[in-house]
Amino acid sequence: MKLEQLASRCGEWLRGSGPESDIVISSRIRLARNLADFPFVRRCNDADRAAVVATLKQSLENVDFFHDVAYVDVSSLPPVDRQFLVERQLISRELSEGEGPRGVAIDPHEKFSLMLNEEDHLRIQVMNSGLDLQSAWEQINKIDDLIEERITYAFHERLGYLTACPTNVGTGMRVSVMLHLPALVITRQIEKVFRSLQKISLAVRGLYGEGSQAMGDFYQISNQITLGRSEAELIEQVSEVVPVMIDYERRAREFLVKESQKDLHDRVSRAFGILCTAQTISSEETMMLLSSVRMGVNLGLIADVEMPTINQLFIHTQPAHLQKLRGVELDTADRNSERASYLQRHLRKSDGGNAEKN
Amino acid sequence: MKCQRCEKPATFHITELTGDAPQEIHLCEDHARRYLQQADDEDAPSPTLAGMLAQQLKLGQTAQELARLDKRACPVCGITFYEFRQQGRLGCPHDYVSFEAELEPLINNIHGAREHAGKRPKRAANSTDRRTDLIRLRRELTEAIEGEKYERASELRDEIRKFEQDDK
Repeated sequence: MKLEQLASRCGEWLRGSGPESDIVISSRIRLARNLADFPFVRRCNDADRAAVVATLKQSLENVDFFHDVAYVDVSSLPPVDRQFLVERQLISRELSEGEGPRGVAIDPHEKFSLMLNEEDHLRIQVMNSGLDLQSAWEQINKIDDLIEERITYAFHERLGYLTACPTNVGTGMRVSVMLHLPALVITRQIEKVFRSLQKISLAVRGLYGEGSQAMGDFYQISNQITLGRSEAELIEQVSEVVPVMIDYERRAREFLVKESQKDLHDRVSRAFGILCTAQTISSEETMMLLSSVRMGVNLGLIADVEMPTINQLFIHTQPAHLQKLRGVELDTADRNSERASYLQRHLRKSDGGNAEKN
Repeated sequence: MKCQRCEKPATFHITELTGDAPQEIHLCEDHARRYLQQADDEDAPSPTLAGMLAQQLKLGQTAQELARLDKRACPVCGITFYEFRQQGRLGCPHDYVSFEAELEPLINNIHGAREHAGKRPKRAANSTDRRTDLIRLRRELTEAIEGEKYERASELRDEIRKFEQDDK
């Protein structure tokens, strides 16, 4: 698979469609699975790891469902390509920075990916645009069944699916919903909301999972517990709180519109102005400003910019994406000017496009 | 002065500054090393897991029992309890059996539950125990080759082949 081809496109989950997509970016489910006849990954030598990869790859062969899946050998990729897959949410940082034979099988529509030799032998993940956990579960359950027909998973009668870390044992399932919550950040309510989520054992993480900063006001909410509840119950637990979060964010936005419309409009317009005219700009500043613009588009304060364009810019302006799109390696200073010109082209293009139509 | 954790003389005097007020701690060399290591571990990726485990072990065991437990190894993959404690990751599926007594309260702490309530593989998973034999055999094979015990290695190779064929 040519990663360059992947770069110019945009994953299904970034379509910016689906229920509640003004606030909910994506819905994701992942399952952790291990082969019964190998040590867990960290305890494997390179020969074991290679055998695990071979066994799992073989289990995908001759299955119609996996026919179009592209396998990428992560261990032989240069750092910029690994970073690219992380930015794209197709692999985790842990897989990118891991050791020995490892890889990822990617669905051409980027709706699912299978990580081989991450912390567990197999990590299946399914991603949907907007709030749509139910179909994500149906999809991942089917993928899991198909693989299980050909593989003996490590499974314990009482404890369920066995995982390298006891925090994942049982269902091995993490359900997560990524939300864009700029108004809760501006009104300083976000900390309070998170504390109450932690009380009901839900975890809050940034854009790129564990330990990452909440870039661009994106937050992932996911289940902490994996044992003692069924998959349906775990999905229910996350599904129940998302509408509450959406409601809080909407109310915070209404409050901002009502109480400080002028400030809000000013903030959003300035952000848009900088993104359209800057000559050099960092990734962090871009994320921060795009976040304001995204909210501005949702509230009708900025016309002529489409939501999918904004969603895509969040990903395409990140360091590895810029380099893959340009086709050359760039140092930080060059990236910052490349980023500025990329933003100009895409934000002004949508302006121009509409002008022509009119 | 005696160590606060055991009967040995305290040779390390640590002033802990991270709490609300400075705290004096007096420990023997062993416990001081463990104490300082624990403090480092708090920066590790899974602080809650290591923390919970440390807490649980401190409550239930004497120093000698803990030292003995740390040395215990899983007969299948060879990981010691100490290694698991340090890394927060288990070595193989059989560890859930080998360290069952220690993992049980930890798992209950994390999940507030002891039993799986979700999906089960459709195929009989009873073969898991037999399958873990393969993990042990492959490990013994690596050790035999490293120790240049080629006769033993060849026996092991035959045994592994037989196992793998039985599975098909």
